[in-house]
Amino acid sequence: MAMLDIDNLHAKIDGDEGQEILKGLSLKVNPGEVHAIMGPNGSGKSTLSYILAGKEDYEVTDGSVTLDGEDLLEMEIDERAAKGVFLAFQYPVEVPGVATMTFLRSALNAQRKKRGEAEISTPDFLRLVRDKAANLGISQDMLRRGVNVGFSGGEKKRAEILQMAILEPKLCILDETDSGLDIDALKVVSEGVNALRSPDRAMIVITHYQRLLNHIVPDFVHVMHKGRIVRSGGKELALELEANGYAEYQQDAA
Amino acid sequence: MNAEIRPIRTPAEQALIAELGGLPAGTDRLADLRRAAARSFEEHGLPHRRVEEWKYTDLRTLMRDAVPVAGTAAVAEADARARALREVEVRRIVVANGAVVPELSDLAGLEEGLTITTLAGAIASGDEVLSRIGGILPGRYDAALALNTALAKDGVVLTVAPGVSIARPIHVAHVFAGDAAAASYARSLVVVGAGAKLTYVESFEGPEAIAYQANSATEFVVGDEAHLDVVRLQQDGGSAFHLSTILFDVGRHAQVHAFTFATGASVARTSLYATLSGDASHVGFNGAALLKGRQHSDSTLFVDHQVPGCESRELFKTVLDDSSRGVFQGKIVVRQAAQKTDGRMMSRALLLGEDAEMDNKPELEIFADDVACGHGATCGDIDEELLFYLRARGIPLKEAQSLLVQAFVGEAIETVEHDGLREALVEQAEAWLKARG
Repeated sequence: MAMLDIDNLHAKIDGDEGQEILKGLSLKVNPGEVHAIMGPNGSGKSTLSYILAGKEDYEVTDGSVTLDGEDLLEMEIDERAAKGVFLAFQYPVEVPGVATMTFLRSALNAQRKKRGEAEISTPDFLRLVRDKAANLGISQDMLRRGVNVGFSGGEKKRAEILQMAILEPKLCILDETDSGLDIDALKVVSEGVNALRSPDRAMIVITHYQRLLNHIVPDFVHVMHKGRIVRSGGKELALELEANGYAEYQQDAA
Repeated sequence: MNAEIRPIRTPAEQALIAELGGLPAGTDRLADLRRAAARSFEEHGLPHRRVEEWKYTDLRTLMRDAVPVAGTAAVAEADARARALREVEVRRIVVANGAVVPELSDLAGLEEGLTITTLAGAIASGDEVLSRIGGILPGRYDAALALNTALAKDGVVLTVAPGVSIARPIHVAHVFAGDAAAASYARSLVVVGAGAKLTYVESFEGPEAIAYQANSATEFVVGDEAHLDVVRLQQDGGSAFHLSTILFDVGRHAQVHAFTFATGASVARTSLYATLSGDASHVGFNGAALLKGRQHSDSTLFVDHQVPGCESRELFKTVLDDSSRGVFQGKIVVRQAAQKTDGRMMSRALLLGEDAEMDNKPELEIFADDVACGHGATCGDIDEELLFYLRARGIPLKEAQSLLVQAFVGEAIETVEHDGLREALVEQAEAWLKARG
């Protein structure tokens, strides 16, 4: 059984009479695998990530998504997180007034509680954050601030990876994590992500460009277009896309 | 045909006027003040929605009945009622049913330069400090203040000598004690000498189920280069009527910060009047109100820039659950002489309840031509994007809402300088959210 099984997923914006954004998308992801989803703007990549995380702005009109055999679409947003789903946002929001440490601790303890585990002790928590933050070049000053408040684009992305490292999810979904990163920041973020690769953990890396995949090397590459996966292959597919662009898919569909 | 100009007096107005008729005779200044206040009440009565400053808090309708003036509180009950800020290291003075309770008040070992007496005591001894009472004028008829001036017999009279810094906050704990509805009136005066420093706290508490009426007024005379922090905790019982007035006269280069935290009372109105009479002072008047059920809470500010170069800042945060109603009215007046005034006012409301209502009315009245003034008001729900972000990290809905509400009011609470008091306010906000479930 696949960890994540997306079968014939159809979805549209909730309350919108208009067209479906996802039109029969299917994807199976097993533990230990890294899948890259590439595609032109407007192909539905971000919509897919939001639907997996549980954003309420979308309506699933057909198909199913299971996580370890359980119906993911029936779960509350926070329940999905506790089951191990983590979305690294393309545009992480700033949360003024909620200190980063309070936020991290609330999130970690809420997830542990839901899984029937004990809360983490203060010294253990501080040690955990200090170690993980150091690896990502996140300063104590950043941790003292409100969540993402005043962070640069690159700092926000690093902060997302820090959250991922602390929460240790089962399924990581990285939505355009490379956008807005310079080459140095891209390296730090990629190293952070690679450090989390493990046989028990799966990743879906959504990106428009191939360059991220030089750093986070995928096992599978999928091309998404007009709400469906139109082609799948190995990591060499990304190079081919880099060379030829998405034009052929756009023509096919036209 | 003659038109009836005065509306018919309500039972509450009739009872209050009868009460005012029993004022003691006297020829001193205070007796004159009381009589003048009584006369103005008789003339204007309780304000109603056609009186601009009371448009959203129609006292005539809300205050159906006047209740008798409260008698002396039992000391043990007053003690049991005064729960606020017990964990903070302060000098506590308990005012029960409008009268200072000496048995519960820490009036021994006053710091050098600090004088604390009671209004009743000052009247009895003919203390010259009384000449300061009624010295700060709101500039318009205020029914709550008029009733207070006419009927208050006791309160705290405190002075800090010039140049003296009082480290330990003074906490005046107002409580209502008794098992029948009654009205209490307390009048206090705080004189902070030039260059002196003081933190002054007022709290208000009482039984949950009794429809008592608490009316308090405090005048703050702030000397040149003085530094005054005022923190107010309005936690009156859920059936109570809270009417309070705070008045400031702010001297040259003085710094005044006042913070009002309100979760109590069925109907509450706090009026703040500040006269900036010495140049280059800095004032900050901030507040947070957390309302639920059918509570009605009104904060009305009137900041009068009379002289050049003063800076005023106001930030009010209101959280409204259920079908509660919040009111913020803030008026900044900049007189012609008050060039280089820098005044900013902001009121933000978070509507949690479907039927909650917020009325915001910020106003600027500017007669000078070289000023920087601004105001703003917002009303909204909890930001769905923020909520999603928190929940996507595993934080359950209620907890995520609580964190965001806490952050919302936290921005205002942050302005409280005293660590212990600020932490106590944060805890109060947490307790309110916890009770919300």
